[in-house]
Amino acid sequence: MASAKEFLEASERKDVRDRWLLSLPALLIIFAAALGPLLVVLLYSFMVKGDYGDVKLWQWSTEGWFSVFFQRDIFDDTVSLADAHLTILWRSVWLSFLTTLLALIFGFPTAYFIATRPEGTRDIWLFLITIPFWTNLLIRTFAMMEVIRNEGILNTVLIKIGIIDAPLQILYTDTAIMLGMLYVYLPLMVLPLYASMEKLDFRLVEAAYDLYATRLRVLWRVIIPLVKPGVIAGSILVFIPALGAYVTPRVLGGGKNMMLGNLIELQFGQGRNWPLGAALSITLMAIVMVAMLVYVRQASKGTGSHG
Amino acid sequence: MKLGIAGLAAAGAMLISASASWAAGELNIYNWGNYTSPEMIKKFEAQYDVKVTITDYDSNDTALAKIRAGGHGYDIAVPSGNFLPVWISEGLVLEARPDQMENFKNMDPRFVDVPFDPGRRYSIPWQWGTFGVVVNTKAYTGDIDTWKVVLDPPPELAGKINVVPEMGDMIYVAVKYVGGEMCTGDKEVVKKARDVLMAAKPKWVSMEYSTIEPMVKGDFLATTDWNGSAFRQRLQNPDLKYGYPKEGTFIWQDTVVILKDAKNAENAKLFFNFMMDPENAGMLSGFARYANGIMGSEKYMPADMIGAPELTVPDSLKDKTDFSIACPPDVQELYTAVWTDLMK
Repeated sequence: MASAKEFLEASERKDVRDRWLLSLPALLIIFAAALGPLLVVLLYSFMVKGDYGDVKLWQWSTEGWFSVFFQRDIFDDTVSLADAHLTILWRSVWLSFLTTLLALIFGFPTAYFIATRPEGTRDIWLFLITIPFWTNLLIRTFAMMEVIRNEGILNTVLIKIGIIDAPLQILYTDTAIMLGMLYVYLPLMVLPLYASMEKLDFRLVEAAYDLYATRLRVLWRVIIPLVKPGVIAGSILVFIPALGAYVTPRVLGGGKNMMLGNLIELQFGQGRNWPLGAALSITLMAIVMVAMLVYVRQASKGTGSHG
Repeated sequence: MKLGIAGLAAAGAMLISASASWAAGELNIYNWGNYTSPEMIKKFEAQYDVKVTITDYDSNDTALAKIRAGGHGYDIAVPSGNFLPVWISEGLVLEARPDQMENFKNMDPRFVDVPFDPGRRYSIPWQWGTFGVVVNTKAYTGDIDTWKVVLDPPPELAGKINVVPEMGDMIYVAVKYVGGEMCTGDKEVVKKARDVLMAAKPKWVSMEYSTIEPMVKGDFLATTDWNGSAFRQRLQNPDLKYGYPKEGTFIWQDTVVILKDAKNAENAKLFFNFMMDPENAGMLSGFARYANGIMGSEKYMPADMIGAPELTVPDSLKDKTDFSIACPPDVQELYTAVWTDLMK
């Protein structure tokens, strides 16, 4: 007969085993559905491109990766940095950064407002924030288009009240892309910010005031450090999808200026260069990963010093 | 080809299903969005007791990739003529010999010996048309029969011009404008064409497929477009006129083919013969608003289409139109590089 200790150990082992078994389906799905396709994309990026789309299976080439960063001049064959790709990459990063910044500027007061409402009414405010999620992204983007187009709501109102004489050309510009992304991704900033602020101990704010801190100083030295995790989470949640955005630049940008998502789509469609498309996708992922690592590291350093 | 906004807005699959679920047979059609006359399909279903299902796609490349991947379950697809040689050489298409079918006698002789399917052993025409410019003649009264309208625009139009982002077609336009030939790989010519596009781009407001609404409402004052779309625009706004560029333009044709792995090949052949009947072809044109290639079908088209300028290629241009073809892979690569450069 086993002793009590052995029995306990055995049941613990069984426990661990059961947990693994229970999580097995989820793990399998993650491996098969996330890593599998990723592996295919990686392999494709190293294959020879097919003549009319697709790739030539098992024929290897680094041409796709080469053309992510370099281009042979189409006219005199000199090799230089892939200026077009870098411009598009820079536009994507810059617009995503601005979107994140604006989402933070607009989202922060919103979250603060909700967090300072009486407990009973907070749910209603939160509920209001989630309403846009009920509608498909494409439809929300088209709605935005109706607002900013030349004969849209915004221009009509501005002309009626006499601020401008001729409609502002907002639609089909980078500003339109940014506005669209801001509108679509703002809730993703507000929700994690709120989650952090809800836990904020407002007695600390009162204490700061008691010690004659100015309002700005309270914000900078007390509130922001305490809700930093929310700021980080929100920024990541906005920046990453913005970087890979496809629909918004496609509909609001007028297709004239691509972002990374559109460049990748071009390679799989009319460009018929799947290896380059695959390599660009992986580059995008790498950028996201690096950006996240840098950001999280920087941010956690900051938190550390404030205790 | 593209039917305005169809590419984006009608992204989902449109299903036309007959009430007769007990039908003797089935036919699965894979076609461009907003491009198939529901009336015509109903007639076919009733006539042959076949249940037809239609699924949409939005580009030749999407369709090719999906059919090539296999397991799609479609019997019929409608690739553009310039893509057809690829479909044939990849072994995706059944040699259905429409040239031996009863109604082949109705086929317009100029569409029998087409470069993409000489003698019509594989395909029949679905719809065909031209590519040109649409201009709001209230804003600009000058000559509109030239690519200059979009490539070196007059001040009245600059900043209000749209260009459809169809890579092959737009590079063709620029190549023609600088005096080159379709699918040229001549780097001097391509370089000139690129410079023209680059210089013109700042004067464009957008590069959008959906042109009808913005043209009608005046968001755009000029656009490159396909003739059927131009026709629909004029019906809504009589100021909009379609120009046939004198530098030359091309004729495109979407073609119906039976897929090699079709499960309902016999029904698909019935559909081929059915489509070559003038009455049915006329019904289709009445819906999609392009010409079809079946003689005698005009009788069955809506009255507003008869003699419409958008559907009649002027005689002066007849020997200046190319039949759209797929450019060879190395030329395609050159064009993609130009295009990416343009879109950066």
